[in-house]
Amino acid sequence: MKLKTAIAAFGIAGLVGAAHAQDPHLARNLAATCANCHGTNGVSVGGMESLAGEPKEKLMRKLAEYRSGDKPATIMHQIIAGYTDEQIDLITTWFAAQK
Amino acid sequence: MLNRRRFLKSAAAAAALPGLVGSARAATAKARRHVVIVGGGYGGATAAKYLRMWSEGAVDVTLIERNAAFVSCPISNLVVGGLKQLEDITVSYDNLKSKWGVRVITDEATAIDIERKAVTTARHGTLTGDRLILSPGIELLPARIAGLEGQDARIPHAWKAGAQTVLLRKQLEAMPDGGVFAMHIPRAPYRCPPGPYERACLVANYLREAKPNSKVLVLDANGEIQSKKALFTQAFERYGGLIEYVPNSALQSVDAGTLTAELEFDSIKADVLNVIPPMRAGNIAAAAGLPLINDAWVDVDWLTLEAKGIPGVHVLGDALFPAPTMPKSGHMANQHAKLAAAAILNLFEGLPPNPAPVVMNTCYSFVDARNVIHVASVHQFDADKKQPMPVQGAGGVSAMANELEGKAALAWARNIWADMLA
Repeated sequence: MKLKTAIAAFGIAGLVGAAHAQDPHLARNLAATCANCHGTNGVSVGGMESLAGEPKEKLMRKLAEYRSGDKPATIMHQIIAGYTDEQIDLITTWFAAQK
Repeated sequence: MLNRRRFLKSAAAAAALPGLVGSARAATAKARRHVVIVGGGYGGATAAKYLRMWSEGAVDVTLIERNAAFVSCPISNLVVGGLKQLEDITVSYDNLKSKWGVRVITDEATAIDIERKAVTTARHGTLTGDRLILSPGIELLPARIAGLEGQDARIPHAWKAGAQTVLLRKQLEAMPDGGVFAMHIPRAPYRCPPGPYERACLVANYLREAKPNSKVLVLDANGEIQSKKALFTQAFERYGGLIEYVPNSALQSVDAGTLTAELEFDSIKADVLNVIPPMRAGNIAAAAGLPLINDAWVDVDWLTLEAKGIPGVHVLGDALFPAPTMPKSGHMANQHAKLAAAAILNLFEGLPPNPAPVVMNTCYSFVDARNVIHVASVHQFDADKKQPMPVQGAGGVSAMANELEGKAALAWARNIWADMLA
């Protein structure tokens, strides 16, 4: 599991191609769907939370709380419901690895 | 040729920026790839930046855009409503040039050769790429309403942000108290589904303060409010009798001299007449011979956003025939751009495009100076249907209009403008 996410995070094309059919840039691409609001590569220019460099566990916990409704939200509970657990795992790993 | 040579020189200069050096060195072994982008809006500008960023400067990008600066349609209703100025929604292309090494050409694309992947411009000759991205936005079709063509100085559409936005604002300022502001909404699909209803609210917000005896008349060619219906219905009610919403009101003709709007069974005399005409994909799409659905919107392969049957020519944004429930929005165009940029870079590397792309949308609408409502959706690619499908149980609208989302809407704007241009 660790190797898989590491490969996805760093986009090592040759390895992934051999391992399975997942796109080598999948984590980067998924994380980019968050950038409209949270800034390019998760670096917000203000008014929204930056995600870059946040510990994966913290991001996972917050998103789980949005999903369950434990954390009140205007919009995030609706958005997070559209992503699979595997996608959220890839996204949080990728943001945690950013500076 | 001279242009191309000069470009290679400037690309080399750009590659000398710190951080781009390593990749540029690695790329010298093989021929440099070049993507030519037409249209520097939410789609095209995002594609330009992400191609440069994700390729670490290894792919050359030329962006052809007719306007010298980007002016945002989202938030432009705040200019119409007197809450913002045009400069607040205007962003320079300078960072795309200096920070990202995009060659930005301020010019009009006049012809596309889809075989040669060549774009002819009015003043900069013909540019050829390995691949093209067309992000032409919409073409308004005033000729579909009798009397409207050539009258946009008298009857503004203000559906492309810029001079038209300012013109509509000036007309509202000049309108006497007790006047009628009438606006017309074309049949869906049109650019920005909630936009017209937001405009009605923000014009009413201005008139309530400045000219309280006036009226906002919303003439909708559709049978009902097209986005956030319950929330906009509530918002309209909060303006009391100031806003009148009239569904099934397709405009038959206008008289620019008297500012009269003719409906099938009614005739309306306005003091300010704002007609959003029917629309289709930007003219360059039809001129290039791209496949159009309903003679209006471009049919695409959703894994690459290439026009159907035309490999190497990618199309983004409002010009697309939308996947189910997918809105024509700036946010969505930005997401299209990232999907296309990722696909193009994979194809350059000899990899297939990502088989499982995701796009998502958020549209905030102001219902007054501070309170905002949203609609959001997430669209996952469905391999059977070969297009993105909205995830059931995800997305939705605000519980009610609120000030927290008023702040979020402005933060959204700052962040997405930076995501495409900074």
